[in-house]
Amino acid sequence: MSEIRYSKDHEYVRVDGDVATIGISDYAQSQLGDVVYVELPEIGKAVAQGKEAAVVESVKAASEVYAPVSGEVVEVNGALEGAPASVNEDPEGQGWFLKVRMSNPAELEGLMSADAYADFLKTVS
Amino acid sequence: MTNDSASLQRTPLHAAHAAHGARLVPFAGYDMPVQYPDGILAEHAWTRTQAGLFDVSHMGQALLVGPDHDTAARALEALLPADLRGLKPGQQRYSQLLAEDGGILDDLMVTRPRDPAREGTLFLVVNAAGKRADYVHIAPRLPADVRLVPQEDLALIALQGPQSEAVMARLAPGAETLTFMHAAPLEVAGIACHVSRSGYTGENGYEISVAAAAAAALWTRLLQEPEVKPVGLGARDSLRLEAGLCLYGHDIDPTTSPVEAALVWSIQKRRREEGGFPGAARIQRELADGPARVRVGLTLEGRAPAREGAEIVKDGETVGVVTSGGFAPTLGAPIAMGYVPPALAAPGTGLDILVRGRALPAKVVRMPFVAPRYARKN
Repeated sequence: MSEIRYSKDHEYVRVDGDVATIGISDYAQSQLGDVVYVELPEIGKAVAQGKEAAVVESVKAASEVYAPVSGEVVEVNGALEGAPASVNEDPEGQGWFLKVRMSNPAELEGLMSADAYADFLKTVS
Repeated sequence: MTNDSASLQRTPLHAAHAAHGARLVPFAGYDMPVQYPDGILAEHAWTRTQAGLFDVSHMGQALLVGPDHDTAARALEALLPADLRGLKPGQQRYSQLLAEDGGILDDLMVTRPRDPAREGTLFLVVNAAGKRADYVHIAPRLPADVRLVPQEDLALIALQGPQSEAVMARLAPGAETLTFMHAAPLEVAGIACHVSRSGYTGENGYEISVAAAAAAALWTRLLQEPEVKPVGLGARDSLRLEAGLCLYGHDIDPTTSPVEAALVWSIQKRRREEGGFPGAARIQRELADGPARVRVGLTLEGRAPAREGAEIVKDGETVGVVTSGGFAPTLGAPIAMGYVPPALAAPGTGLDILVRGRALPAKVVRMPFVAPRYARKN
């Protein structure tokens, strides 16, 4: 079974064992608008919670995607290179960015549940 | 970022944008639609294939009123390098307000009204961000018999795209006969307007100046046509970039001259020879000897866009900077414009652009990036 948690920067992390799938929330993609390019990290790279893990570019601008949890990159979604619009169409499914093997799963405690994130969105919009 | 929309100005079409589900963002002190629910890519494509409707009422509209055309034209020619005395009734020209050192204070459109009753008047459209400063710059530099009259009660609506002519022919008979950079007073769907065949997208299109009080009715009427959809400032920017058109404050500013900005085409022969505008000595010198740097178009290999501020590099050495850049929806590829030394400005020249520390291969290309469809005379 997997659970999904959200950061205040509008990334999500879907946890399956010690592997976390990271992407941006539906709210984040709607705010960005049409995604035209995604820059993904190299496999094996160490990412740290709250630090840049990837870059997403809309027609208007480039934005950092921060790692909601620390760990080592074990997989990236290479399909986004040819189909960046997946980030808009299915952000929490086909539009995922990267998977990391978590080095400190306790970091998940500081992230929001889906319900808590829905409440958080009411405060930002 | 605070989004204090209460302090922002609103165009007469603000309520219409909200009703269309626009995302409104602060732009030049106005609360403006950056996109509608269709999104920037769809709005861009619609403008390239159908007709996009843009609210550009934030831009400054003003009249320069003198006793006769020659007097008004001479007064404005003292501040910019275009030939205005040679404007025919109904003709429009693009120009730049220049500082004493030849730097660009703003860019603008100048139209000589076609209506003989308005002889002696010039119609100016300037950028939103600079309009107050422009008026403060222009007004005290005019002779006693010419005055600047800002038109605060006007809206400006652009209809751009290959279907714009069919739409306008239906609602404003005669509009189809206007050629690029010409203007006429026309009724559009029964509403009195001043219509010019111009725009900021590289498309066949129109800009329609209308009383603020009638703007919402005109906007709504135009949107009833099947070819017309609203398009926001986001697509306006990607469209103008593909068309190779300068955005003030980015591609041109007080540090750039019209020669550096590759806008020599907008300085007519008489003015190049005679001078008589601010910065004429520098501009004539740059015309004769070449400028220190020049604006060029750039295409990038791969899909990563290069944005404003990215360094342009040749053989590891920084040679210039990107002033506008992004993804070109029509081409499906990243494009940019920036300044490089003239020796590196020839089409085909290979350069690198630094994006997040990586050198991305790029190439100088001729602009516009996408072939324009201006309604020029045959």
